[in-house]
Amino acid sequence: MALLEVKGLEVYYGVIQALKGIDFEVNEGEIVTLIGANGAGKTTTMQSVIGLIPPKAGTVSFEGKDITHLHCHKIVSLGMSQVPEGRRIFQELTVYQNLLMGAYIQKDKKAIKEDIKKIYARFPRLEERKNQIAGTLSGGEQQMLAMGRALMSRPKLLMLDEPSMGLSPLLVDEVFTIIKDLNKEGTTVLLVEQNAGKSLAISDRAYVLENGKIVLSGTGEELLQSEEVKKAYLGG
Amino acid sequence: MSILLDGLSLGAVYALIALGYTMVYGIAKMLNFAHGDVIMVGAYAIYSTMALNTNPFIAMAVAIVVCTVMGIVIEKFAYKPLRGASPLAVLITAIGVSNLLQGIAQLIYGSTSIAFTVANFKTVHILGSEISVGTILTLVVGAIIMIGLTLFVKKTRTGRAMLAVSEDSGAARLMGVNVDKIIMLTFAIGSALAAFASLFYIIRIPSVTPTLGAMPGIKAFTAAVIGGIGSIPGAMLGGILLGMIEQICKHNPTIEAYTTAIEFCLLIVILLVKPVGLLGKRRREKV
Repeated sequence: MALLEVKGLEVYYGVIQALKGIDFEVNEGEIVTLIGANGAGKTTTMQSVIGLIPPKAGTVSFEGKDITHLHCHKIVSLGMSQVPEGRRIFQELTVYQNLLMGAYIQKDKKAIKEDIKKIYARFPRLEERKNQIAGTLSGGEQQMLAMGRALMSRPKLLMLDEPSMGLSPLLVDEVFTIIKDLNKEGTTVLLVEQNAGKSLAISDRAYVLENGKIVLSGTGEELLQSEEVKKAYLGG
Repeated sequence: MSILLDGLSLGAVYALIALGYTMVYGIAKMLNFAHGDVIMVGAYAIYSTMALNTNPFIAMAVAIVVCTVMGIVIEKFAYKPLRGASPLAVLITAIGVSNLLQGIAQLIYGSTSIAFTVANFKTVHILGSEISVGTILTLVVGAIIMIGLTLFVKKTRTGRAMLAVSEDSGAARLMGVNVDKIIMLTFAIGSALAAFASLFYIIRIPSVTPTLGAMPGIKAFTAAVIGGIGSIPGAMLGGILLGMIEQICKHNPTIEAYTTAIEFCLLIVILLVKPVGLLGKRRREKV
């Protein structure tokens, strides 16, 4: 049984069909990537899976449970967490308060404290800036905060929507290293990326999304070697 | 001295009402123009309860319950179905709710104003001026409520969720926040604050009419905008500022007649100089 299973997912924005029936799955322990150009439907997929956009047709199941029509807050409490596109940290709250928001579903205060310690150990910059208003952080620090915040709910499945967007090459490498580390420590990862080269290199499996449809799938290695992917996403 | 205390006390009333406007705006992104009428409902609740039982504390408790339930019911049946609809539709609905509440009050109590006093307050001498205990009560209770609310928002998990929803409700959802519940809670808190405002308002003007909520409602809305709509400290500042100005004008015979005009002119000036209000924030965008 896959951890996340998506079948025939269709999403509309008004009359425009953004997802035309997509199927994919994420197994426990994997890193799975969806790659695709702008407007292919990657973010829509992520938002629909976690319950922010209701699908018109299709099913989403998590640990075998049908979650297609659950509200986002219910899905999050089942163990799914998302770093949204553009990070969307709470700019007017402090770094520490942002992390607390990440632990919103967690009621055990001791566990929250421990988790914050772990996050600070992983992202030392966040500890240095814990009382700073999050809106004053640099782009890279904001990405670290967004990831730290998403980890605070102890997700079984961590979804990251373009975590490398707008970061310097050095930081991009750091982000991918962290994703790999998290995966090694047991978190299953669903990644959406435009940076196909780097994301495929760390992925167990990947899907290529084009105009709301999955056109190609395989292991990360296979897709890296595929002529179509090379042409369309890796610059020849 | 009496002008100062009177101004602060009236300011506290405006601030309590303005908080309802600003919190609902911040969290549900709508202007609840029926908020002023919740004050009217609270005032009639106090009036009706006191007609049965003369204890003002029980009357106050009843008013809080009535207003809170009213706020939740209005949100559930009038505004919730319109979530995601155009702001204009929501605005018109709010005006409709306002008319509905006034109409119901008129049906039950008639349209003439009914004079009644909550309690006969003594006056005390502070630094040589005579001040009603009602004024001091308003000031003290208003201050306690505002401090309590500030602590609630800053220190509790739910308060933090309210701030998060007001900044980015989608991201708050991703944290597992039930946004609908937070919006309901906001209406409940705003309406409970309005119940306190009703009491303090009828302590000042000892009568009830179906339209009594209109003027304090619009003044408090002005206060919320002056302070920066969406900002909780802004609503408090705006309310107190407006209350002070009103009392200063009222105690000055040459400009007394222009009190309301002066208040709204202040609004215009502030909006021209700082369109987001005194403590309003422009959202920074960072990619």
